Amino acid sequence: MSIDTSKVAESNTTAATAKKPTKAGAVATWADDRLGLGTSMKKQLRKVFPDHWSFMLGEIALWSFVVLLLTGVFLTLWFDPSMAESEYQGAYDPLRGREMSQAMVSAVELSFDVRGGLLMRQMHHWAAHIFIAGMMIHMMRVFFTGAYRKPRELNWVIGCLLLLLGSLEGFTGYSLPDDLLSGTGVRAADGFLKATPVVGTYMSFFLFGGEFPGDAIIPRLYIIHVLLIPGLLLGLIAAHMLLLVYHKHTQWPGPGRTQQNVVGYPMLPVYAAKAGGFFFIVFGVVALLGGLFTINPVWKFGPYDPTKVTAGSQPDWYMGWPDGLLRIIPGWESVIGGFTLSWNVMIPILIVPPLMLTILILLPFLESWITKDNREHHLLERPRNRPTQTAIMVSLMTFYGIAWAAGGNDIIAIKLHLSINQITYFFRVMIFLGPLIAFIITRRWCISLQRHDEEKLLHGYETGIIMRSPEGGYSERHLPISNDAAYKITARPRDEVFVANGRIDENGVAAPGGKLDGLRGKLSALMFADNVQKPTAEELEAARHHAEHEHQLTAALDGHSADGHQFDGHHSVDDETLRGSH
Amino acid sequence: MSDTQHPDSHGSLEPVEEPIPNPGLHTHTWRPTDVDDHARRRAERQVSMLFGLSALCTVAFVVSYFTFKIGDNWDTFAGLGASTVFLGVFLGLALLFIGFGIIQWARKLMGDQEIVEMRHLAASSAEDRTATVEALELGIDESGFKKYKMVRRSLLMAVGLLGAPAVVMLRDLGPLPQQVENASKGTGLNHTLWGVGGTVRVLRDVVGTPIRASDLQIGDLVNAVPDGIFQLHGTALQEAKAKGAVIVVKMSPDEIVSQQGGDEDWSVNGIVVYSKICSHVGCPISLYERTTHHVLCPCHQSTFDLADSAKVVFGPAARHLPQLPLGVDEEGFLVATKDFQEPVGPSYWERDR
Repeated sequence: MSIDTSKVAESNTTAATAKKPTKAGAVATWADDRLGLGTSMKKQLRKVFPDHWSFMLGEIALWSFVVLLLTGVFLTLWFDPSMAESEYQGAYDPLRGREMSQAMVSAVELSFDVRGGLLMRQMHHWAAHIFIAGMMIHMMRVFFTGAYRKPRELNWVIGCLLLLLGSLEGFTGYSLPDDLLSGTGVRAADGFLKATPVVGTYMSFFLFGGEFPGDAIIPRLYIIHVLLIPGLLLGLIAAHMLLLVYHKHTQWPGPGRTQQNVVGYPMLPVYAAKAGGFFFIVFGVVALLGGLFTINPVWKFGPYDPTKVTAGSQPDWYMGWPDGLLRIIPGWESVIGGFTLSWNVMIPILIVPPLMLTILILLPFLESWITKDNREHHLLERPRNRPTQTAIMVSLMTFYGIAWAAGGNDIIAIKLHLSINQITYFFRVMIFLGPLIAFIITRRWCISLQRHDEEKLLHGYETGIIMRSPEGGYSERHLPISNDAAYKITARPRDEVFVANGRIDENGVAAPGGKLDGLRGKLSALMFADNVQKPTAEELEAARHHAEHEHQLTAALDGHSADGHQFDGHHSVDDETLRGSH
Repeated sequence: MSDTQHPDSHGSLEPVEEPIPNPGLHTHTWRPTDVDDHARRRAERQVSMLFGLSALCTVAFVVSYFTFKIGDNWDTFAGLGASTVFLGVFLGLALLFIGFGIIQWARKLMGDQEIVEMRHLAASSAEDRTATVEALELGIDESGFKKYKMVRRSLLMAVGLLGAPAVVMLRDLGPLPQQVENASKGTGLNHTLWGVGGTVRVLRDVVGTPIRASDLQIGDLVNAVPDGIFQLHGTALQEAKAKGAVIVVKMSPDEIVSQQGGDEDWSVNGIVVYSKICSHVGCPISLYERTTHHVLCPCHQSTFDLADSAKVVFGPAARHLPQLPLGVDEEGFLVATKDFQEPVGPSYWERDR
């Protein structure tokens, strides 16, 4: 059987005789001959990305991660993760001659004997703060706008895992210099491990290679920090990005922007330029922070000594909220059958944070279980149009914020001259009350905003022109909002309260999930029953008709100054009329 | 609404009936740089100037690197070394100018026509999905995975058991707590240096001098460590410190409400010694208020009353600080007559066994 070469020949000729390629085209052709990227790149190069400032928040996290990789590689060239005892003999004289671990020695030498070393260390630390803050704010944006809904639930899960891993990466990183502050944190971590039921002391002895502090913890944290977690982060970030590309970015509804399309600028050149330019801006801001603002001055803390501690010992901010819970928990401990259960450590560290993460991960699934909504959602919604969901996130944020503030109860006490005890009692109550109050206020606030939107839609916006009727009543003239603005307000799905439509079907067989349907119906009513729904086309038409009528009634008074003195009895009213000239 | 009519439609992208029809994309408005050659050249100059400034900053960065010595001037400028400050500022500006330049380029000179791309459902087409599921089922069928129960179960068991090496291999990460337990060396969770060899002198922290009972005044607080700790180095020293650190406090003997020794008096003339390691998660407690005899842990604010068996008066700690049985040797120096009678530091599962 002979091989049909006609196609090969033809393709060769067409490639050779195609219109004269540019230089970039020539490179692309060379690469495509070997990699065959043409098919996939055909669409991707001009892939559309919608534009909105809030879509940039995730980019902050992404780019600060890149900065972390770059500065981190630099740091590894000098940092020595060893707990071998050594005498510091570097340039920083307050510490010269002090015994400390090799890790601390190399961290201080890196800061004072390597040019740019302190800059890189501080940039690395600042970038870590920005990385986690960026992820957190990005996550809130995604939740508030409903961007986590089908088909993006798995990307939400990946994002939550990134947040967890990022925090662990931060903790393992700032523990490395073996300074007094971070050593205190590691000391507390040992306490957390020991509080674990059954295997606690084993876990502690295995991690520390024996008794605390041992000589194994720094090298072990180091390899976790530079290889294990960064590897996982890289993999998950890659998956996060691939899914983003596959799903295409969500967009705000607007003229021409629908559920079926995505409107924006092409990847090449505009989006690539904006995103690439933004990388330089994030990098530049981190460099300025690193050069101008001291962060984690380990040389001031000194080397770790288990008998010493500084007042106001605080972990990095993202570790602050479990620390706050640890501060406000009452001293609960029970001994059952001779075994000790340290609730005062287990609840704030081993139970609540994993529970919060689980709740966060499950939010999209809980919502879709209640709504039974199986549609894809590519259009974002304003937080006000999802009052219950918005309120849930604000409630979680309030919990986080109160726990975080409790982590600084000593600082609050000092700065505000308050009693540490009273502050702690206050937080013990507010950790429960705060999220509840936040939930109620947010939900009602959202519904009020929805009513305001409806008002604008049906009766127009407030012009600030006060009309006085012949009867003496005052009213403000409303004018219709623009069609685009009206469209944006109405471009959202109607909420539907789930109704369990009979638990028994016509054959007398209970519908599957019938029992849970009752619960689903109740939850759904709680979620949606109070929401304001957008008007129907008829309602809108009627409202417009009414507005036009009112406008006609008052139109005749336009340009007719009625200052109230015309009819006060001191003037002749012969030429005055109430409705213009008849 | 269309969605209610097709509750089973898997993620339909069908348009939803709207009260106001979608007005459609606005017509594109041209920017000044699109229509005015003057504006375009101005933008071009702006962008090039930003890139040029970046290059200048990079040069300044390199110059700063070689100009500013580090070492002696670690806080000469803005609380930091001049080198750090100037390297940071010039690197930051060099990067920012490139960023601003690229974004100005994108905003003013690159095409700004919004384009429209249609979405697709995340799911693959029905045919593809059916074919894939068929292939999957066929593959599983052909393997006999369902049919040969014994094969399946033994494989699952074998692979599952492979988790065991992964766990077992971690065993040598460290010794078991009971393996390091040694009263004569003061190692393990239940022992400290205070129990090593008869009576152990209480030495001042850092300086290492013994403490004469008569030298202490009422209200004094001394941070102390067990005798023998200064012979240790490195890890052994840190481990001994992490358990052996104590606070020595003198108060008027009639102020002592209670002690932990039961019938024995563990104090000497109003001097009591308690573990410095917090019973919550192990921070060294350090803030002492002499009038109330309260000592507070700066980490999580657990507060202990040293006049009353160091019981918890506030905060998350659940247990008192262990008390050290105290005596005086023939030379009049403070000594521990025996080790702590309970483990110091944070609680753990088998603590009370």
